[in-house]
Amino acid sequence: MALPQVKIDATEARLAGMTLPEGGAWATKARESALARVRAMGLPTRRDEYWRWTRPETLADAQVTPAALFHNDEGALFEDRDRLKIVFVDGVFDAEQSDDLTGENLEISRLAEAATLDVHWAKDLYGVLEARGNDPVERPLAALNTAFASDGVLVRVTGQVSRPVSFIYLHKSETSDVMLHHAIKLEEGAELTVLETGPAAARFNKVMEVEVADRASFHHIRAQGRDHERRAVTATYARLGEESTFKSFTMTVNGVLTRNECILELTGDNASAHVAGAALGDGAGFNHDDTVFVTHDAVNCESRQVFKKVLKNGATGIFQGKILVQPGAQKTDGYQISQSLLLDEDSNFLAKPELEIYADDVACSHGSTSGAIDDDALFYLRARGVPKAEAQDMLALSFLAEAIEEVEDEGIAEEILDRLRGWLKRHRG
Amino acid sequence: MLEIKNLHVKLEEEDKVILKGVDLSVGTGQVHAIMGPNGSGKSTLSYVLSGRDGYEVTDGSASLEGEDILELEPEERAAAGLFLAFQYPVEIPGVGNMTFLRTALNAQRKARGEDELSAGDFLKIIRAKAKDLNIDADMLKRPVNMGFSGGEKKRNEILQMAMLEPKMCILDETDSGLDVDAMKLVSQGVNALRSEGRSFLVITHYQRLLNHIVPDVVHIMADGRIIKSGGKELALEVEENGYADILGEAA
Ligand SMILES: Nc1ncnc2c1ncn2[C@@H]1O[C@H](COP(=O)(O)OP(=O)(O)O)[C@@H](O)[C@H]1O
Ligand SMILES: [Mg+2]
Repeated sequence: MALPQVKIDATEARLAGMTLPEGGAWATKARESALARVRAMGLPTRRDEYWRWTRPETLADAQVTPAALFHNDEGALFEDRDRLKIVFVDGVFDAEQSDDLTGENLEISRLAEAATLDVHWAKDLYGVLEARGNDPVERPLAALNTAFASDGVLVRVTGQVSRPVSFIYLHKSETSDVMLHHAIKLEEGAELTVLETGPAAARFNKVMEVEVADRASFHHIRAQGRDHERRAVTATYARLGEESTFKSFTMTVNGVLTRNECILELTGDNASAHVAGAALGDGAGFNHDDTVFVTHDAVNCESRQVFKKVLKNGATGIFQGKILVQPGAQKTDGYQISQSLLLDEDSNFLAKPELEIYADDVACSHGSTSGAIDDDALFYLRARGVPKAEAQDMLALSFLAEAIEEVEDEGIAEEILDRLRGWLKRHRG
Repeated sequence: MLEIKNLHVKLEEEDKVILKGVDLSVGTGQVHAIMGPNGSGKSTLSYVLSGRDGYEVTDGSASLEGEDILELEPEERAAAGLFLAFQYPVEIPGVGNMTFLRTALNAQRKARGEDELSAGDFLKIIRAKAKDLNIDADMLKRPVNMGFSGGEKKRNEILQMAMLEPKMCILDETDSGLDVDAMKLVSQGVNALRSEGRSFLVITHYQRLLNHIVPDVVHIMADGRIIKSGGKELALEVEENGYADILGEAA
């Protein structure tokens, strides 16, 4: 189908003045074909089916809207944890602040360097999952990222890794416009935890492609920065082999615009994929969108989507989630829940939960709700002596619990809870 | 301890009057029971005393140790020493039972200007009290009342009461849904808390609870008023003849 002329024009307007980063054979090929995808799909407009609720203009336009720097008085997350730090300042790798990029069973290279080589293992992953993920829903901003991202890391894991790899995204310039692309390959039986923290930039477009081979296990914990004016569009892709595990949890507080996409493909039998999020927003300047697409294409796999949002003073939360069960994907166990807690009548939650099932022996359920704080529970807590504001915070945390339970590491879950508690306390009344 | 005078209460949202002039005085260290048919206003009285939204006091007063409580927030009444064991304890997913109780206890202590209890001390005390009520470690860890049986919920209420050590305990149909063994446990729990400085208002539909928790005074409530008061033999009268005779007498 030919693209509408306005879309072609808007896309060309963005591409004008952009040049593909220079690189070796494999990277150039991946980037050129991604650019061709961008042109074929066109950048998103609000007429596109999955962009009706989140306005794509500020993410797609050539112009970047500046975002004020935010002074974070809480200190960095995961500070006391033994981890391998990889720091990016406004999207540029910072060797000074980063650890040595080596570790047992771990092979890490910068995209900026690996891309100059003629061959690299990443040629079979970089842009590959992103390209596959356009069927049936196109994701042109991710293709744009594959074409133009010049930094990021390529991580290959061959066994157990003793400490998490921690991506730290610092935001220093009010006008930074950043694209980062990571490709992570877990070989058979490998295990890795990735932590991501920080706002990254005024505008951040990030893609992470994760290949989880048979019996491998990948954990991902992310905390997006508190900067009120930052914008982010992120896409996490994963392909899961037999008996493999993928678990991802994201905490988002503040941010004028966040669109987190997650595209998961279960291609090996007995695999398990969980993706969860807790998002908290205060004010009309908060728009948070989780768009998730899980495809079951193997037997006896399990998937869970758990997304919770606490919204107040005109904040907007969006959830678009699908479970697609392909023919033959029998014994699929698919679960999806998206809920919002609206602390007043001005806030909005928009949800588009979808199931599409082409196998007969499956158990899939989905639910979406939107509600206020339960008066009975609030009275119960107060009758026991808990002051109203504190009781409301407790109930908000209780509402978020099912999402936070997706964080396996108890210490990390405790740190996340602490941050959520802090946010709720700061945003009382 | 608790003085209720001519208390008139209507629903906030509707023109329905529920309490039509309740007078009640519970002395320090005393146990009073309120019995009465369903719908007579017993739970409403307990909610109004503890500060639940949705009711409007149109006349009368209620005070705890001389302090007017009707203007206080629910949490202030709790800190002042009032406790309501709910007829229907509320389930709260995602909040651990123990965390909830510790938060409540320390909030009350803070409100009274006392030091908070450390996690270690709290744990020691709650373990001992839970044991007496046959509440296992798993029930303490689970989210508040989630998946608890009817009897477990009521025992959990008594545990909260034992931990918070209130001065004025109101028990709303704590016996409903309990089998004989659970009723014994709950009664033992309550009796263990009886003391010179602590008063109880035991709301019940049946006399049998009062065999275990023996009251000083029994009141009969009907249609929003206390229509008769007497000793513990009044409860036996109700048990034998039902409410019809008493209601007829009062009319
Ligand atoms: N929130 C409410 N909305 C409507 N009716 C109520 C409400 N609370 C109490 N009532 C009514 O008030 C009367 C007394 O109820 P309640 O106090 O629960 O009685 P009891 O505990 O003695 O059974 C009943 O007729 C009940 O239906
Ligand atoms: Mg009742």
